[in-house]
Amino acid sequence: MEDILLLDATERYLRGEMGEDERRAFEELRKNNPEVDQFVVEHHFFLEEMGRYGATKQVKGAIHEIHNRLEETGEIKPLKSGGSGKVVQMWNRYKRTIAVAASIAGLTALLISGLVTNFSSKSIEQRQQVESLRREVNTLKTATNNQSRVLNEVKGKIEQTATTAPAPKFEGTCFLIDARGYLVTNQHVVKSADAIRVQNTRGQDFKARVVYTDSDMDIAVLKIEDDNFKTFGALPYSIKKSSTDLAEPIFTLGFPREEIVYSEGYLSAKTGYNGDTLSCQISIPANPGNSGGPVLNRNGEVIGILSTRQIAAEGVVFAINARNIFKALDEVKKDSTVKNIRVPMTSNLKGLDRVQQVKKIQDCIFMVKGY
Amino acid sequence: MNTPTQDQLLLNGLATNEKQAVERIYRENYSLIQHLVVNNNGTEEDARDIFQEGLIVLYEKSVSADFELNCQLKTYLYSVCRRLWLKKLQKYNRFEPRIDGLADMVPVEEDLEHHEEKNLQFGLMDAALLRLGEPCKGLLEAYYLQKRNMQEIAAEYGYTNADNAKNQKYKCLMRLKKLFFAQYKSRT
Repeated sequence: MEDILLLDATERYLRGEMGEDERRAFEELRKNNPEVDQFVVEHHFFLEEMGRYGATKQVKGAIHEIHNRLEETGEIKPLKSGGSGKVVQMWNRYKRTIAVAASIAGLTALLISGLVTNFSSKSIEQRQQVESLRREVNTLKTATNNQSRVLNEVKGKIEQTATTAPAPKFEGTCFLIDARGYLVTNQHVVKSADAIRVQNTRGQDFKARVVYTDSDMDIAVLKIEDDNFKTFGALPYSIKKSSTDLAEPIFTLGFPREEIVYSEGYLSAKTGYNGDTLSCQISIPANPGNSGGPVLNRNGEVIGILSTRQIAAEGVVFAINARNIFKALDEVKKDSTVKNIRVPMTSNLKGLDRVQQVKKIQDCIFMVKGY
Repeated sequence: MNTPTQDQLLLNGLATNEKQAVERIYRENYSLIQHLVVNNNGTEEDARDIFQEGLIVLYEKSVSADFELNCQLKTYLYSVCRRLWLKKLQKYNRFEPRIDGLADMVPVEEDLEHHEEKNLQFGLMDAALLRLGEPCKGLLEAYYLQKRNMQEIAAEYGYTNADNAKNQKYKCLMRLKKLFFAQYKSRT
């Protein structure tokens, strides 16, 4: 109840409706009681705020009314342009052109996206991004092959069967891991072969048999089964079990053509295509036919088997880590028909210059011919 | 073209919400603003809103204590509306705000800032009254805005006497103040 009285008094005071005595008494109260003073100040502000609100509202109402009236009397009328903005006008004018342009754009977009998905879906598969480096032999190459064979015949020392043999379907490279005639190459090199023959750098040709294949590691072990094959004393290189360091210089020997070809490069990444840990990436010129060739470091240790290259990129070649050879040999051991394979563990090429190294190695590299 | 004294008279009329003065301002200036807005990606509705807001800015200026108009009323109104429309265009991100129109302009930024402040307070009070609801809203508006006396109000709202109405008004006012100041303080 007291609050109502205070409010009433405050409002009368603010409106100036108080008599002289009352006003003085009220001002005294304000001075002595800060709460009352606070209330008066706040209420004063609020009433002003409300007054402004009311007045503005009234003006707004009045303006609104005037607008409606002027519109009725026709003193305000919509602009001749139909009350539409420039954009609407332009839209009306160019509606057709826009429709045609939009549909053409839509069709083009569909076509392009169709083409893109069409091409990209093909490259999703890993096998298609990397190319196996085995060589499919065409007639021309067969001709040179026969030629060299004729040459070899002239020199004598060559089996009659070789000359009468049909042309091989494909060729790759392999190398000895045991001097008694065990060779290692890629599984994809011998995958679809009915018969295998291997040929050394002197053009001698031997019959071979696939002892073991592993498509996951892409490793195949071959054995020469030919009476003319004479075992080596010892292999000059060794197979390296531990991993290789980045940027280590490497070289390879292979048969991208009828002649053995040397090329060198470096280890560029420790994993293979798409992070494959079985292989590593090397930077080396490699061509179809190089598949299955040994990748050696400067000490003459085999660090990998050259297998594939990436189609989309230049100079990106992948080699299967040499330690996988040991894994494969563990599997081979389970086969009782195979004698225990002894892998060379020490290289006697250390410190030799490259020419001497290659001279010693090349006798152990063979061309694989699949029929 | 109006002389400065005529403009002054019109403004005084606007300040006291004189019907004839407001109507004259309306009639003399609307088409200019209409052209401005409609020819710059606006609709008839936009033109109406912008012009009326411009009038409120002018009204606020006319009632303020330090009021003075240093240019023609028409120029001032045009400048205000142009600025308002630019802001609206930017807000809706419609188009590059490059408005073509008359070149003679007066700076109105300060007035517009003042207007924004007032507009916000207006909105606060409006929202508070709306939340208060009837019959409180009507009761308070009758007393404080229309300045009617308590006996009349008591009769209209069905209170037995003026004291009862006063009691009710007090309760309503306290609620309204609470609503208003809660928003007002949280904002400042």
